Amino acid sequence: MSENPNEKRRDFLHLSTITLGAVGTAAFIWPFLKSMNPAEDTLALGSTEVDISGIEKGKSITVKWRGKPVFIKRRTQQEIKEAKEVALIELKDPVEDANRVQKDEWLVLVGICTHLGCVPLGQKMTDTKGEFNGWYCPCHGSHYDTSGRIRKGPAPNNLDIPPYSFLNDTTLKIG
Amino acid sequence: MKIFLFILTLFFFSSNLFSSESSSKNMPKHNWSFNGISGTFDRAALQRGYQVYSEVCSGCHSMKLLYYRDLLDIGFSESEVKSIASEYTVIDGPDDEGEMFERPARQSDRFVGPFLNDNEARTNNNGSYPADLSVITKAKKYGEDYIYNLLLGYKEPPSGIEVGNGMYYNQWMQGNQIAMPAPLYDESVDYEDGTDNNVEQLAEDVVTFLKWAAEPELEVRKNLGIKVILFFLILGIIVLLAKNRLWKKVH
Amino acid sequence: MSGKSEPRKYKNPFLNWIEFRLPIISYFEKEYGDYPMPKNCNYFWSFGALASILLVVLIISGIFIAMNYTPHTDMAFDSVERIMRDVNYGWLLRYIHSNGAAFFFIIVYIHMLRGMYYGSYKYPRELNWILGVFIYLLMMATSFLGYTLPWGQMSYWGATVITNLFSAIPIVGEGLKTWLLGDYTVGNATLNRFFALHYVLPFVIFGVVGLHVAAVHVHGSNNPSGIDVKSENDTVRFFPYMLLKDTLAVCVMGVLISAVIFFGPNIMAEVDNYIPADPLVTPAHIVPNWYLAPFYAILRAIPDKLGGVALMFASIAILFILPWLDTSKVRSCNYRPIYKWFMMLFFINFFILGYVGLKPAEGLYLLIARAGLIYYFVFFLIITPLMKWIEKPKELPASISEVYSGVENKLSSSDTQSNMH
Repeated sequence: MSENPNEKRRDFLHLSTITLGAVGTAAFIWPFLKSMNPAEDTLALGSTEVDISGIEKGKSITVKWRGKPVFIKRRTQQEIKEAKEVALIELKDPVEDANRVQKDEWLVLVGICTHLGCVPLGQKMTDTKGEFNGWYCPCHGSHYDTSGRIRKGPAPNNLDIPPYSFLNDTTLKIG
Repeated sequence: MKIFLFILTLFFFSSNLFSSESSSKNMPKHNWSFNGISGTFDRAALQRGYQVYSEVCSGCHSMKLLYYRDLLDIGFSESEVKSIASEYTVIDGPDDEGEMFERPARQSDRFVGPFLNDNEARTNNNGSYPADLSVITKAKKYGEDYIYNLLLGYKEPPSGIEVGNGMYYNQWMQGNQIAMPAPLYDESVDYEDGTDNNVEQLAEDVVTFLKWAAEPELEVRKNLGIKVILFFLILGIIVLLAKNRLWKKVH
Repeated sequence: MSGKSEPRKYKNPFLNWIEFRLPIISYFEKEYGDYPMPKNCNYFWSFGALASILLVVLIISGIFIAMNYTPHTDMAFDSVERIMRDVNYGWLLRYIHSNGAAFFFIIVYIHMLRGMYYGSYKYPRELNWILGVFIYLLMMATSFLGYTLPWGQMSYWGATVITNLFSAIPIVGEGLKTWLLGDYTVGNATLNRFFALHYVLPFVIFGVVGLHVAAVHVHGSNNPSGIDVKSENDTVRFFPYMLLKDTLAVCVMGVLISAVIFFGPNIMAEVDNYIPADPLVTPAHIVPNWYLAPFYAILRAIPDKLGGVALMFASIAILFILPWLDTSKVRSCNYRPIYKWFMMLFFINFFILGYVGLKPAEGLYLLIARAGLIYYFVFFLIITPLMKWIEKPKELPASISEVYSGVENKLSSSDTQSNMH
């Protein structure tokens, strides 16, 4: 019968309806999924600016960044020398000190032990710094050196370096 | 059946029905740039409006739902926003010694209000509470038109009307008496961009700013709305054609 | 896997595998594929589908905004504003939810209007009607609870007024109210539990909707003529005939609801709810959302507190017994020339009650509310039962097919082309 052109037209209509419907459904779901991304206020707190002008040589401060502690240490010449003189074969997670700092004097670390997440000691003058003069994690005995690298103990990796930049000589922006 | 549909259509389109008060006066409608299907905010007007808010209104009115970083959306650069924010002081803490301390505001802080709390606000304003302006255009019937007319509605009271102590006569305020003195006058704010600063312009700019503050998503919303409605119209037409074709054969 | 002993219903082996273990494939085929619907059903018959779709949209949008909402009096209002400003597409989720709820009521009211006008509540669909009224009751509870959550002025004071009604009940009233609130006044305890209940009730609604649809499918849908399906000729398969009609209805609803969401998202909102709740400042006019307004009008029409409460509940309860109040054997008002006008007047009256429910309860508005209240009950308790003796119904058509092809075709030969629809 002469159904063919009509059938083709009907098929096209059905196909376009279903396609548009599918596209519409996907477009509908999209904003719902996007809404689960971090919101504007969360993102605004995603970076922190720190005034580092008050930190003396040898001292270290802790700031909060994205809910985590960040150690900012102003290293002494001795500490910098120690960090650079370590041979890479001695390191569990071998990285040159130069690759871990933008300016030798300033070491910026995420203060969370890479073993199971405790906050290592070493920020305060009265804290023990462990056998490598950096940080010591009291939970399971990981020792970090003056570049924040793991030297002894169960932690598998060096302390993380967060993304940071120097806005000027006295201001550090983390994140 | 047709009568129902007529009544239902009336119901759907009469916006008065959804109001809880009777409006005996006709609210003059102003021509806003953000009205209509493709309304947008004039960025220059928003910046001038912010200037009016910060120089005049912020002395008594807070806008606690806004953050300084929101000002990036009205055309200020990041450094401008940072310097605007740093003019205000925020109480933060406790520090390591347990003390609260003051520091300049950052982009990520909320707008600093003029008073510490509502009680202080009332004390400084003869018992009246200057409303927070963050969503004021959504909190009043007729929204932006009401606020605009109110700001320009200060007049001498007609003869025979006594205005209470500490109150001022206003044409549009409920009861005609308002505790706020007229905040805007011709040339009470200096515009840097050379726009005429008569009181109508000041009012228009500050109300445009307030509308943006209440509905920052307005432009995106209208834009998306056009696309969504177009989608349903096109899909509807295709479905209508398919349905007619299909039902033609039903006897 | 021995495919040899399993019955092979479908060509697709995956479908067969599922079907043999849980016959949902054939279930869907029967209920949404072959399901016969009277072919003369007009677009009023699409409103059930529209309501179901809106219910799903409300649940999904609700879950996503619940991810960002904080049910504490100090933070609720700000958390809603955070959704509007900081959450990606938060404004869209919120406006979909608030306007979706309003449209849900519009759709359901039209759906109920269809049920009343065409006698869909009559034998054998009485239980379906009762389940429907139960859904309506759950909707009213859910929307009332949901409205308190933004913690605006209207949220707080509306909750205060409605929960105060419980104290009208003699002896147990005050204790019941305190128990409901979890405090002496509406406060944080109340807000938290209202959130929990508001989250859970829509799933109860979903379940009752499932029963409601199952009940319809037992005896099949009613139709505008009100007469039973007599042969296969009177029907069309749901798929694709009615599915396409429903899809078209969805598109129309899509245009309307999008116009509101994107261009007038606050036209149905109470402006006072954009002011944070203040227990020390009462707004000039406390009103519920417009969809509860008719019952609010009835509540305020009676000067006695307990009387108002009782009558308000009675006005909802009376809906449950409608199938027994109406003794006429004729279903559709299309064939009930006198009752039809009383029915139309009932709808207009309900609408007017809604209008005065949003106005102050004084003067002319109060008078109209009282008149409306009287007609509301007179319609159910006097007019409806007595219609049988007053009215002579029109002659019913012989069959649905006859109605469908129109009276003109009755005299022409049987294989004529169709001219309508």
